[in-house]
Amino acid sequence: MRLNETYINAAVLIGLLVVPLWAVMVDEPFTITLATKAVILALAAVGLNLILGIGGMVSFGHALFFGLGGYAMGILAYHAQTFTMLDLGLFSTGGTKMMPIIWLVAIAVSAVIAFLMGQLVLRTGGVYFIMITLAFAQMFYYFSISWSQYGGEDGLSIYVRNEFPGLNTLDPIQFFGICFAILCVVLLLFSRLQTSPFGLALNATRQTAKRVETVGLNPMHLKLVAFVLSGAITGLAGAMFADLNRFVSPTMFSWHLSGELIILIIIGGVGRLMGPVIGACIFVVLEHFLGGLTTYWHIFLGLIMLAIVFFARGGVIGLLTGKEGAHV
Amino acid sequence: MSTILIVEQVLNGLQLGVMLFLMAAGLTLIFGVMGLINLAHGSLYMVGAFAAAAVAGATGSFLLALMAALGAAALAGVLIEMVVIRRLYKAAHLDQVLATFALILIFSEGTRWVFGSFPLFLDVPDALSGPVTLPGGIEYPLYRLTLIAIGLAVAVGLWALVERTRLGVQIRAGENDREMIAALGIDISKLYTLVFALGAALAGLAGALVGAIQSVQVGMGEPVLILAFVVIVIGGIGSIRGAFIGAILVGLTDTLGGVFLPELFKLFMETGAAQQAGSAIASMGIYILMGLVLVWRPTGLFGARG
Amino acid sequence: MSDQVPQPDGQPVLATHGLNKAFGALQATSDVSIDLRAGEIHAIIGPNGAGKSTLINQISGGLAPDSGRIEFLGRDISALPAQARAKAGLGRTFQISQLCMEDTVLENTVLGAIGETQGVWQFWRPALKTADLIARAEAALERVGLIAERDVTCANLSHGQRRQLEVAVALTLSPKAFIMDEPMAGLGAAGSKNLTGFLDGLRQEAPILLVEHDMDAVFALADRISVLVYGKIIATGTVDEVRSSKEVREAYLGEAA
Repeated sequence: MRLNETYINAAVLIGLLVVPLWAVMVDEPFTITLATKAVILALAAVGLNLILGIGGMVSFGHALFFGLGGYAMGILAYHAQTFTMLDLGLFSTGGTKMMPIIWLVAIAVSAVIAFLMGQLVLRTGGVYFIMITLAFAQMFYYFSISWSQYGGEDGLSIYVRNEFPGLNTLDPIQFFGICFAILCVVLLLFSRLQTSPFGLALNATRQTAKRVETVGLNPMHLKLVAFVLSGAITGLAGAMFADLNRFVSPTMFSWHLSGELIILIIIGGVGRLMGPVIGACIFVVLEHFLGGLTTYWHIFLGLIMLAIVFFARGGVIGLLTGKEGAHV
Repeated sequence: MSTILIVEQVLNGLQLGVMLFLMAAGLTLIFGVMGLINLAHGSLYMVGAFAAAAVAGATGSFLLALMAALGAAALAGVLIEMVVIRRLYKAAHLDQVLATFALILIFSEGTRWVFGSFPLFLDVPDALSGPVTLPGGIEYPLYRLTLIAIGLAVAVGLWALVERTRLGVQIRAGENDREMIAALGIDISKLYTLVFALGAALAGLAGALVGAIQSVQVGMGEPVLILAFVVIVIGGIGSIRGAFIGAILVGLTDTLGGVFLPELFKLFMETGAAQQAGSAIASMGIYILMGLVLVWRPTGLFGARG
Repeated sequence: MSDQVPQPDGQPVLATHGLNKAFGALQATSDVSIDLRAGEIHAIIGPNGAGKSTLINQISGGLAPDSGRIEFLGRDISALPAQARAKAGLGRTFQISQLCMEDTVLENTVLGAIGETQGVWQFWRPALKTADLIARAEAALERVGLIAERDVTCANLSHGQRRQLEVAVALTLSPKAFIMDEPMAGLGAAGSKNLTGFLDGLRQEAPILLVEHDMDAVFALADRISVLVYGKIIATGTVDEVRSSKEVREAYLGEAA
């Protein structure tokens, strides 16, 4: 069976919207939470897919940005809920509980760190790049553990979910709606970027950097811009994830999370617009149902991954459309 | 600050360094010869530790436990090499990362399934327990000193193996020129399995040795694996000499930073803040070291290829 | 189509001065000074391992020489990275095709057009719906005779078509000089003849520094030939001069016979 990718994409988005709406009707709030989790993980992986799927940069440390977003939310909300001041040297602030402001901070912090980190990690390639991105994420992981002001190893709890003007974020379906809308916006940006001149050139960088240089473009600049955009998207997802759980801890920086983000992409289809979304849905469903059946569900996840690597390199989208995934 | 403290901490750093070397040597050898990035190397470390703890628990013999660790890790290595890894040698790095990450999940959960979630304990053998008095009147645990000696012995042995034996010639040929070694009539797939088993055995040995001073538990291999990555990135991927120097550098930086940075910060900060800032910065120390090395040399101290 | 860049006082468009490059004990390039003048095809020939590719790589910026200088349009480009040299108007094709194998012929060519217009910081409008880029790309494909294959994935092209595509991408950049590394390699007799005819006309647009093994093509095309042996230029001159040069016969033709 060979399906058209556009139909698959539409079906996935509609499905992702219908399931929580159905859950509202039958009063299954936990299903809405699962759907929200899938949406946020998908968003984080869309960020990674930008550099991994299009740019060919195998970042094994994208949890770094996820965690940065999470702590951006945690720290701002912590100061707001404890009525303490956050002293940033140049100015101080009492924190905030407003989601849009928190998101902007999460995006900005992630983008700045990605820019600085990119100066170093993008000088390397191949297996060095994989290990260095991993090491950077570990650096923040250990830093967050030893930084006791914001909970250290125990993390930070936020008592009440942050606010969004005009909506009640405590209502699961409304919070889902916010997250889903953001995912749709970012997917639209991604799809435009993928076919834009920038996307074409970035895609060429993955295939042959020499060619890109020969037409007078600087592959380094292309990669850096992609890396910053990617970090910003994953950082935004991190802030939303922390809000979903009302909790942030060093595990958001953990390398398991970095690995899982790659897994989501590979399950769905590398470099495909909806690859991360399909992957996230499957991952959350597997985690919930297999995890409910057996405590050792990671064994099955491992076997599924091996099967994908050896037999289905295009992921689910590849299986359905007959198209190969991007070669990374 | 006393000399005793400094000497103690330097020895601790060396001990961490040589154990990291046991891990890093296998990783870098496997990358150098087969071009494979093996995340599951930490799982082999864990396998070694669990095998040692189980055998020590059953027999009470530390020596048997070490043998079991070497054997079990090598066996596990051969098994995964033949079933999974050998299909990855020519694959993209992304596939290698994913497949070996999958192996970690399978190993970790499998071990949890067999041994449960509670940590096991492996005791330091009586003959090596207790302190020993070093010249200058410094007391230092004999077992840790033994670890340093074993690590250095392995380093020398590995150097001799690579530089002085026929197998070493084949390994070096494999690093430089794969066609050449096929042309020499060497069974390349056997050589690969052998190199992988050797790396696995070293990881298993490290797991067992360290298992006696830390608890033996699922996931114990992961922090060590990541430190070993830092080591081989600093040393240059594929270089055993680089792995040794990188391991010692990382071991010393990590140990000394954690102890002395807070002390240093106390010179110009109040105690509480200095403790906090010092240990936070120290926890990032090896990564900062790695960053500095890479700014200077993007392929590590002794690395040739990227 | 760009006009020939007028160089004052018959100055060469491209020139190297005393280039040296060693790999360990091997002197791959030894004091090489060559130039490329407006309107000419200057071929570099030499036996395998003579250092032709090493030389080309230094000129296009993929490899830094140990010493020596490269001048392009009267400007010292020795310190510029490859992409800056390309931007300055140095177009090149590779011996081993450097193409985006997953992309179509048109996409590969549009990439060149993006480079030429430097319109890469455009994140919204699809590249393949940008009239200017498409027009530039299609014009180049038209010229090399690959327009019928515009929507074919590059991986499905024949070897000869990939060579044509390499040239087409270089054309989109409207370079002021071409550097071509064995463009005829692997082409059949007919393909070779076609490309020879095409390059013959191209020299009026921009001079070509041509590394080539196909001697028929070299003798048919070259205004001047330089012979490179063991990293050294042993002779430079017209086809007849080089043919009759004693050193060349000894060092090169003698070896080939």
